[in-house]
Amino acid sequence: MALLEINNLGISFGGLRAVDNFSITIEKGQLYGLIGPNGAGKTTIFNLLTGVYKPNAGTILLDGNNITGKKTVDINRAGIARTFQNIRLFKDLTVLDNVKTGLHNSHPYSTVAGILRLPNYYKVEKQMDEKAVELLKVFDLDKEKDTLASNLPYGKQRKLEIARALATGPKLLLLDEPAAGMNPNETAELMDTIRFVRDNFDMTILLIEHDMKLVSGICERLTVLNFGQVLTQGKTADVLHDPEVIKAYLGE
Amino acid sequence: MEKSTAKKFHIDKTFKTNLITYSIVIAAFIIVQILISAGQVSSLMKGLLVPLCIYSIMAISLNLTVGILGELSLGHAGFMCMGAFASSIFSISMMDSIPSAGVRFFFAILVGAAAAAAAGIVVGIPVLRLRGDYLAIVTLAFGEIIKNVVNVLYLGKDSNGFHFSMKNAMALKMEKSGTIILNGAQGITGTPKNSTFAIGVILTLITLFIVLNLINSRSGRAIMSVRDNRIAAESIGINITKYKLMAFTISASLAGVAGVLYSHNLSSLTATQKNFGYNQSIMILVFVVLGGIGNIRGSMIAAVILTLLPELLRGLNAYRMLIYAIILIVMMIFNWSPKLIDFRKRYFHLNRAKKERV
Amino acid sequence: MMSFISYFINGLSLGSVYAIIALGYTMVYGIAKMLNFAHGDVIMIGGYVVFTVVSTMGLGPVAGILLAVILCTVLGVVIEGVAYRPLRMASPLAVLITAIGVSYLLQNIALLVFGSNPKSFTSVVTVPALKLADGKLTISGETIVTIISCVVIMIGLTTFIKKTRAGQAMLAVSEDKGAAQLMGINVDGTIALTFAIGSALAAIAGALLCSAYPTLTPYTGSMPGIKAFVAAVFGGIGSIPGALIGGLLLGVIENLSKAYISSQLSDAIVFAVLIVVLLVKPTGILGKKINEKV
Repeated sequence: MALLEINNLGISFGGLRAVDNFSITIEKGQLYGLIGPNGAGKTTIFNLLTGVYKPNAGTILLDGNNITGKKTVDINRAGIARTFQNIRLFKDLTVLDNVKTGLHNSHPYSTVAGILRLPNYYKVEKQMDEKAVELLKVFDLDKEKDTLASNLPYGKQRKLEIARALATGPKLLLLDEPAAGMNPNETAELMDTIRFVRDNFDMTILLIEHDMKLVSGICERLTVLNFGQVLTQGKTADVLHDPEVIKAYLGE
Repeated sequence: MEKSTAKKFHIDKTFKTNLITYSIVIAAFIIVQILISAGQVSSLMKGLLVPLCIYSIMAISLNLTVGILGELSLGHAGFMCMGAFASSIFSISMMDSIPSAGVRFFFAILVGAAAAAAAGIVVGIPVLRLRGDYLAIVTLAFGEIIKNVVNVLYLGKDSNGFHFSMKNAMALKMEKSGTIILNGAQGITGTPKNSTFAIGVILTLITLFIVLNLINSRSGRAIMSVRDNRIAAESIGINITKYKLMAFTISASLAGVAGVLYSHNLSSLTATQKNFGYNQSIMILVFVVLGGIGNIRGSMIAAVILTLLPELLRGLNAYRMLIYAIILIVMMIFNWSPKLIDFRKRYFHLNRAKKERV
Repeated sequence: MMSFISYFINGLSLGSVYAIIALGYTMVYGIAKMLNFAHGDVIMIGGYVVFTVVSTMGLGPVAGILLAVILCTVLGVVIEGVAYRPLRMASPLAVLITAIGVSYLLQNIALLVFGSNPKSFTSVVTVPALKLADGKLTISGETIVTIISCVVIMIGLTTFIKKTRAGQAMLAVSEDKGAAQLMGINVDGTIALTFAIGSALAAIAGALLCSAYPTLTPYTGSMPGIKAFVAAVFGGIGSIPGALIGGLLLGVIENLSKAYISSQLSDAIVFAVLIVVLLVKPTGILGKKINEKV
C-alpha cells in the first residue's frame, strides 16, 4: 500500500483554481520531488496536505487513513511534518528548545508536574534533551544548541526546521524549498543530509525545490505542476527530458 | 563525558537565574525588616509595602500574557477586581464559620485565585480567537465590564441565607438582622485586614515560582512556540487554543491573588476607574514593558521602582506626576528608539574595543 | 414614543462626537499603525482652550474654537515629532506605552494649569433649540450643531482624501510605508499631516463634547477617547465610513441603554456589544479581512 495517496485534489480561491484534479501516489521510503514554475501551486498542495487550507474536492489518504480536511494539529499527529518556504522557527527559543517543542506530543508530562518540578519532570526532560541532541547531531547543530534560533545563519536555520519537523516522529516529511538561499557547498551537504534522514529514519520525503541539481541528484520520482495541474509525473530522468516540462520552464 | 557536563550547565544556568530572582525578593524583605526594626521606615513607606507586592504580582502575571504568550492584554485589572471581590465576600461571610484568621485568609486566597481563573476562562475563550490590537481592545472591554457589573451587585446575608440583587439594597428583601455584604457602588466594608508584608512577599515568591517554572517546562515551551510562530506551532502538533487559554488563565488567577492582597489590605473596597479600570491595567502594562517584555525579574523590579517613584518625588508635590510622565516618555524613547539602540551598541563596542587594545 | 425619539436623537448627537474623535483614531491607526492613547487628552486640551478664551478672556466662541483648533493641531504635530517619530520602527508596544506617557503628561499639565476642580463650560452653541410635535419633542441647539458638524467633517474629509494629492499620499502610506517612500512620497510629512488633522478634529470634538456635557476636568477626555477608539474598532479600524457608523451606533446604544436598562451599566453594555461584533466580524463592521500567507 502506498504511504500517501492523493486523488483529484482541488481548491479555488475566489474563482481561481489554484490546484485542480491533482493526484499523486508516493510509496513508503521514496524521495519524491514536486517541481514547477513559480505560482504553479506547489506550496498550496503542501498547505492542503497539512490542513492549512481545506480542499474543495478530492481525498488525501495517509497510510490508508483518510485525512482530508482534518486540522493541522491532527494531521501532524497522524504523521505528516513539514518545513516552510519562508523559515518559521521559534526565533526566541534556543536551538535545543525548538527541537524539544517538536518532541512535545511524544514526551508528555503534566503542567502541574512541570510547575512543581515533580520527579516526572526531570525524567521526561532528560529523555527529551537526549533525543533532541541526538537529532541535532544529525544536522551538525549540537554545538549551537544553546544559541537562539534567530541568531543561526540562514542555512542552519533551514536545517533546524527539518530537525524540528523530524522530532514529531512523522511518517511523511514535507520539505518546502529546503535549499533556497544556500550556496552550492551547503546544497551538496543538504543532499547528503536528506538522504541520510531517509535511510536512517525510514522516512518518506516529498520536497518542493527549484534547484535542479538537488532535484536530479536525490529525487527518485518527480511530479511537475503547471497552473495548478499535473503536467507530467514519473522517474526523475524521464521527466526532466520531457519536452513539455522544458517548455513549461523555459517558455515556447 | 563532555556531553553530560554541557547539559548540566544548561539546566544550571536557568536555575541560577531563577535563584537570583528569588534571592532578590528575600533580600529585599530582610533589608526592609531590618530597617523597620531600626525605626528607619516612615509610616508612609510602611503603607506602601503591601502595594509593592500587589504590583509585583500583577506585573509578573501580566508578563506571562504579554511576554510569554505574546498577546497584549489591557484588562488585567479586571481579574484583580474579581479576585478582590470574591475573596472579600468569602472572608466576610466566613467570619463566624472559620474563626482562625490565618486559615480563613488561606482559603480566601484560593477563592480569589479560582474566581479570577474562572473569569480568565470565560474571557479567554472568545478573546483568544482574535489577534493583536483587536484582542487588546476586547480585553480592555472585558475589564471595564467586570468593573461596571461589580458596581451594580448587591449581596446580603441573613438567617435565611444569601440574598442577591442587581437593583439596590432594598431589593434584597432581608430580615432586619441581616447584613449587607456587597452594597453596589459602595462596595464592601469590613474585610478583615489580613494582608501583611510577609504574606505579600510569600505570595510574590509563589507567583515567581509558578511563572518561572512554567516557562522552563514543556507547557511553557508550547506557549512560547505559539507566541513565536503560530502556524509552525500548529504544524508540529501543538494545540494552540489549549496553551493560549492555559497561559491566559494562569495569568488571570495570579492577578486574582494580587486582588486578594489588595482587598484584605483595605477596610473598604469599591471598584473605581482608578483601582480596577483600564488605567490600572495600563499602569501594569507600563511595568511589564519598561521591565522588559518576557523578562519576569525585570517586570517585578520595574513595578517596585515605578510604584516608589511617585512617592520619592513627593517632595516636588504638584509636579511629581508631571515628572513621572516625562520620565516615562524619555525612558521609552531611550530604551526603544532604533537610532539610540544603534548608538548605544556602537558606543559600547567602541569602549570594549578600546579596552581590548589596552 | 416621543421620549424614545428624543433619546435616539441625543444618542446620534453623542455618537457624532464619538465619530469625530474616532476619525482621529482611525486615521492615525491606519497610517502609523499605533493606538494613540493620548488622543482623548487632546480633546480635553481643546476644551480648556475654548474655556479659557470664552469664559476667562471673554472672547466669542468662534475665536475660542479657532484658537483651540490651531493649538491642538500644533500640539498633535509636536507630540508626533517628539514622542512618536523616534519610535517609528520600534515595537508597537513601545509606541503604545509612550502614548500613555504623553496622555499622563497632558493630564498633569492641565492639572497644574487649571487645577483639579471641574470648570463649568459655557456652551459654544448659540443655535436655539428646535421644538417639534407641538413642543413634545425638543432638540437642543447643541444636538443640531453636533450632528451637522459631524456630517460636514465626514464629507470634507472623504473629499480631501479622494481629491487631493496629500489625501492620496495618506492612502498610499497607510497601504505600504516602504513602497510609498520609494514612490517619492514624504512619509514623515504625511504622518505629521495625519496627526494635524486628527488633532484639529479632536479640538472641535472637545468644544462640542463640553457644550453638551458642560463640566471640564483634566480627565474629561480619557473615557470619551476610549469609547471613540471602541467606535473606531467597531466600524473597522482604518476605515473612515467605519468610524462614522461605529461612532453613531455607539452613541445610540449608550443613550438607549442609559434610558431603558441602567445608567450604571451603559458602559458595560457598549463594551459587550463591541465584543459581540468583533466575535462575529473579527475586524469590525467595515474592516478588511486579514489573511496570513503560509
